[in-house]
Amino acid sequence: MDGACFRETLRTRRRWPDVMAIWKKDIRIALEEERHVRANDRDYNERFSYADNRIKTAKYNVFTFLPINLFEQFQRFANAYFLVLLILQLIPEISSLSWFTTIVPLVLVLAITAVKDATDDYFRHKSDQQVNTRQSQVLIKGKLQNEKWMNVRVGDIIKLENNQFVAADLLLLSSSEPYGLCYIETAELDGETNLKVRQALTVTSDLGDDVAKLADFSGEVICEPPNNKLDKFTGTLCWKDNKYSLDNEKMLLRGCVLRNTEWCFGLVIFAGLQTKLMQNCGRTKFKRTSIDKLMNTLVLWIFGFLICMGIILAIGNTIWEQKVGSDFWEYLQWKELTINAVFSGFLTFWSYIIILNTVVPISLYVSVEVLRLGHSYFINWDRRMYYSRKATPAEARTTTLNEELGQVEFIFSDKTGTLTQNIMVFNKCSINGKTYGDVYDEFGHKVDITEKTPCVDFSFNPLMDRKFRFHDSSLVEAIKLEEPLVQEFFRLLALCHTIMPEERNEGELVYQAQSPDEGALVTAARNFGFVFRSRTPETITLYEMGQAVTYQLLAILDFNNVRKRMSVIVRNPKGQLKLYSKGADTILFDRLDPSNEELMFTTSEHLNLLGATAIEDKLQEGVPETIACLTLANIKIWVLTGDKLETAMNIGYSCNMLRDDMNTVFIISGHTMLEVQQELRTAKEKIMGPSKDKFSSGLDMEKTELYSSDSVFEETIIAEYALIINGHSLAHALEADLEQILVDVACLCKTVICCRVTPLQKALVVELIKRHKRAVTLAIGDGANDVSMIKTAHIGVGISGQEGMQAVLASDYSFAQFRYLQRLLLVHGRWSYHRMCNFLCYFFYKNFAFTLVHFWYGFLCGFSAQTVYDQWFITLFNIVYTSLPVLAMGLFDQDVNEQYSLRFPNLYRPGQLNQLFNKRKFFTCTLQGVCTSFILFFIPYGAFMTAVRDDGAHISDQQTFAVTIATSLVIVVSVQIGLDTNYWTAVNHFFIWGSLAVYFAILFAMHSDGIFTIFPNQFPFIGTARNSLNQKIVWLVILLTTVVCIMPMVAVRFIKADLYPTQTDKVRLLQQATRKQGPQEQNLRRVRRTSSRRSAYAFAHQQGYGELITSGKNMKKEEELALVFNMRK
Amino acid sequence: MGKKQAGTGPLSRRPDNSAFKQQRLPAWSPSLTPQTVLPTFYILSLVCLLLGIWLLITVEYTYELKVDYTDAGTCEQCFNLRKHAIDSSTPCKCTVSFHVPKTFPGDVFFYYGLRNFHQNLRRYMDSRDDAQMVGRKNNLKAPSSYCAPFDYDANGKPIAPCGAVANSMFNDSLTVMYNPTDGSKIQVPLYRKGIAWYTDKNVKFRNPPTNNTFSLQQAFEGTTRPLYWQRPVYELDDIDSNNNGFINDDLIVWMREAAFPNFKKLYGVLNRAQGPFTEGLPAGNYTLSINYNFPVEPFRGRKELVISMVTWFGGQNYFLPIAYLVTSGLILVTAVVLTTVFVKVGKKGKNMEE
Repeated sequence: MDGACFRETLRTRRRWPDVMAIWKKDIRIALEEERHVRANDRDYNERFSYADNRIKTAKYNVFTFLPINLFEQFQRFANAYFLVLLILQLIPEISSLSWFTTIVPLVLVLAITAVKDATDDYFRHKSDQQVNTRQSQVLIKGKLQNEKWMNVRVGDIIKLENNQFVAADLLLLSSSEPYGLCYIETAELDGETNLKVRQALTVTSDLGDDVAKLADFSGEVICEPPNNKLDKFTGTLCWKDNKYSLDNEKMLLRGCVLRNTEWCFGLVIFAGLQTKLMQNCGRTKFKRTSIDKLMNTLVLWIFGFLICMGIILAIGNTIWEQKVGSDFWEYLQWKELTINAVFSGFLTFWSYIIILNTVVPISLYVSVEVLRLGHSYFINWDRRMYYSRKATPAEARTTTLNEELGQVEFIFSDKTGTLTQNIMVFNKCSINGKTYGDVYDEFGHKVDITEKTPCVDFSFNPLMDRKFRFHDSSLVEAIKLEEPLVQEFFRLLALCHTIMPEERNEGELVYQAQSPDEGALVTAARNFGFVFRSRTPETITLYEMGQAVTYQLLAILDFNNVRKRMSVIVRNPKGQLKLYSKGADTILFDRLDPSNEELMFTTSEHLNLLGATAIEDKLQEGVPETIACLTLANIKIWVLTGDKLETAMNIGYSCNMLRDDMNTVFIISGHTMLEVQQELRTAKEKIMGPSKDKFSSGLDMEKTELYSSDSVFEETIIAEYALIINGHSLAHALEADLEQILVDVACLCKTVICCRVTPLQKALVVELIKRHKRAVTLAIGDGANDVSMIKTAHIGVGISGQEGMQAVLASDYSFAQFRYLQRLLLVHGRWSYHRMCNFLCYFFYKNFAFTLVHFWYGFLCGFSAQTVYDQWFITLFNIVYTSLPVLAMGLFDQDVNEQYSLRFPNLYRPGQLNQLFNKRKFFTCTLQGVCTSFILFFIPYGAFMTAVRDDGAHISDQQTFAVTIATSLVIVVSVQIGLDTNYWTAVNHFFIWGSLAVYFAILFAMHSDGIFTIFPNQFPFIGTARNSLNQKIVWLVILLTTVVCIMPMVAVRFIKADLYPTQTDKVRLLQQATRKQGPQEQNLRRVRRTSSRRSAYAFAHQQGYGELITSGKNMKKEEELALVFNMRK
Repeated sequence: MGKKQAGTGPLSRRPDNSAFKQQRLPAWSPSLTPQTVLPTFYILSLVCLLLGIWLLITVEYTYELKVDYTDAGTCEQCFNLRKHAIDSSTPCKCTVSFHVPKTFPGDVFFYYGLRNFHQNLRRYMDSRDDAQMVGRKNNLKAPSSYCAPFDYDANGKPIAPCGAVANSMFNDSLTVMYNPTDGSKIQVPLYRKGIAWYTDKNVKFRNPPTNNTFSLQQAFEGTTRPLYWQRPVYELDDIDSNNNGFINDDLIVWMREAAFPNFKKLYGVLNRAQGPFTEGLPAGNYTLSINYNFPVEPFRGRKELVISMVTWFGGQNYFLPIAYLVTSGLILVTAVVLTTVFVKVGKKGKNMEE
């Protein structure tokens, strides 16, 4: 896949939201237009100062860490904003707060981020180190020497051995195989696991492994400059006055692995960061969640609100200065302040911006990141998403998307390897009308095959594959009885294929198969005594029941997508010519001879049926249950597969997405735009009913849109429909004219299956839904062909534990089994969303309640930007007094426990409807904050206007007032977080009570004699805590304030839950009722599999090695083999 | 990927089965059930009602009397004199008569009250140097820049105490005479000490170090008095020399800045040791004589004498009892509404059932 990139260095580390995946140090030579590389001539090559083979993905070193990291951090809006505030605070005229109120939280936030970045970079250093110190054999001064990868230079000749990683982008010079061929696996580059062939130029392949000759090789390569195109290379090799053109077929790229080739030599063309692999690892585009975007909007709104408040207070100050203030300053003879009321207002504006800055919560972003990180760890730690068979835990590879997992509406799933295991199992066969493969008990009843069903004993066959399992012993008996048709059947399976055998030790056969189903068939034949042992271009050697039989191979007609079958023509030892053909049932039935004669030995259209095979690509465990559950959660699941229609439909039936009781299954497979349009319209009319014709027919797009946006209408359709669309039809349907109707029809259907789709189309479908439905999409897949879709969707999930890494590397979350998706979404996603929303609501509430008190005080203190609280309180409120309880809530809260989350999938609905945090919610919670601040200010004000202490001394001083309001505030927000916490773990208790305790401890410490004696000007509140908190009136005020702030909220919540209970409320009630009754037996839902079995024929849909086999290029025999019996015209 | 982990086998990478990691910490899940919410509302309403009634009764038995003497009685002339800063040094005395209708039983407190005096302006509040007031020698000679422009006088001499707050200290002296019906005049004896917070008097405000040979005046040498003051700080109290310097009670009381523009500060406490004052302040006619120094006309302020009793929760304060009663009423109304809704409309939680 183009543009795909394997991130070597990502293996050991996690991605962070704002960290570039790869730090590209731009050491490229300016405008390198052409690259000149001379082999074995380091001096010459050094003149161009090409990059060496050291890779550096780390961003910092010990010395550059601080400046670079700080620079990056201050590029973020929030940090820059607080830096500006800090600078404002240093201006004495407007400094309404001491510098430390901003610098302490800012430093804390910066420090947390810096520590995080540093840890991250440390792992990058380690992984760089690990890659850079891999060993490779380099030809230096005529000798092969072991060198570290980082010391390899452009122009060096290096030797690779089998199964080694390619160290740099190499020009293949020679290899152990004939004709300078070599095989590479590009799985880590593009995810494809099949082997690819590379061939060296004949002139260089003659160099062989002669070190002396290679050391003398002085060819010069002139080629393109470094770029990221993985499938293109243009260059010229000049050697001995000749020029040879070079293309991609002669290149070995970094990241590939050498396979089936003993050794090869290559000339380094691009090294290190200039290799195509590294050039592909650009800046990763980070996905942002909708909450993120909303949060940014809200912060801007708050910012606007802050400026409005500033302006109001500034105007107030101007008026006040004119009416009152000027006289007062005059009286004090404070000339500096008597000058100009408007200017005073201007200064006041900035002063208020400083003291009201806490409405834009500095710790918001850092807290959100901490929460998401925590949620990601919970995903990583979940034992129920750990797949022990492959020792693969779930992994949150991106830590920024967790809450979006609770809002998914569309899932786009790959089929092969995702829903199914991609392990082809030879299950049944039918030979001469008799079916083998089912197991019956003594009464003749069919027995379900489980793990415990006894397997057939193949010990008579020394060449058997031990992993092969078959349960019906009658087939072995038939083989032993030497029934000719059964023998012929397995002979066909053993002969008609393009598999390459590899026999490392005697009897240890390994098959290199192009497709897993081919492998399954040949393995079955092998176990039943027809062992495919070796092949040459013109022969195939089988061991038939222990006897070596060699067939002359006359022709291979390889599989392709049009013919959907493959055939071989062989001459058996008796001299008979036979054509064996295998292929899709639909195709082969047409070609069968109507009469039941002998096998035809011509290539006429009349063949004899030997038998049929049933290969099962087993569904992964729990797939139907998971799909049923996710469907109940109102998540639409679309299957996008490269498979053909029949296979896709069968999988649809077996995983309960298609059912026999569905009203209609629409199949769209038109070849022209008009056909597709007609088919889609028909489908739509059928669904909407004839009365809706006037809307759906014609090009009345506006009304159609109206309908599609009306989700209520969508839900009223009770009948169930399914849509299956073919790749070539999809190409038309995705065009601008048809995409609207496609979306309409598809969204009206319960199930959508797209088959024969290309990777690009997968991405386009996802993009289409993203654009039209504004819904959160999730793509899940396992292979390289899913990468585009995984990257396009809001959330990409990769199935890990498989061969290819590609999907996992591109994904945001990875786990081993499709069924874990249910847990990821319904438990982790829902919790994350719930927690994040509650967290944000509380956070905004808290900051408004805290900050707006200053606004109200402005009206009493002449708008002079006098703070209500002690400056230390302002410094510590957000980061110490109130941060931990809300973090604990955001990390541990569970409105409904995991069992109930899974039992009631419709609890997932609020997330999809975006109900828990939206602009309205934001207004509600900020309004609550404003009201709280109002109460917090005016109740103490009313009480303190006339109050004195119980010993007669006055108490209405600013310091006592500050302590009273601060204490009330801390208590009110603590009670509020208590109300918001649904799940009080020990940690919540500890944090909530601890925060209150810490508040009082710090309060008394800051107001203590000792600290005042040391810093009298910094701690002027000496004794205030003692002198005010021992007063009954202060506690009366705090009590009243708390009651008045909290009770309305309790009443509103209670009445809401009583009158309009949400699903969550109901389930909570049920959960609590159940808990009181004691745990009950849980009735696990079993999904019935009523689907009728259809014939499934999964077959290799890629061309095999047919041509390579017959051309003999890959054979080690030195004789010229020219016989090619090519049947293709 | 697994190969890098230490150890292999199917369970090698399995996460720990700890309650924390599996999110199964034992927890308490409270919720707002009618069984908890409705009783809470009724009980809270009752608590507020009782508190409110108690506070109201207490307040009903406390008396407060305010005597605005800004331009009352013979003070009008002083009021006009103090309009101009130039005449600030000219002494001016005046008297105001007032009547106490009911005896103030028990301890009686005398406050001076100011209206429209903004002690809570940011620049004003900051204009002080606590380090100087705690007697630090460095700050005595070099006051903090926060005191500017009241840190040095025109000659560059440091001001002690520096800053706008100290400079604008209330400096009227008030004497209350009791005029019993027999025509005699008895001065109401006041304790003028012990009116500040203990911590302020003993920790926050300290004089620069002195000893037997080194007097307070010497300690303050090199500093000058604030612009508006008639006397230097070490001569504030001419009766009690221990009440001079930064630890002068009136100064300390003044330096505890009021939160609102209208405030009262303690001036003295009735000395009930003798005479007709053993039971409190008797009803009758009184004369307030004032050494009228503090100008209020420039900022259109008022000043008053406040005579008050003190209860267990402070002075006469109608706000709190009324606020508690109102809150109690509102909570009761809410509780009734909630109950009605729950029983009638919500059908006793039937909505909750699926």
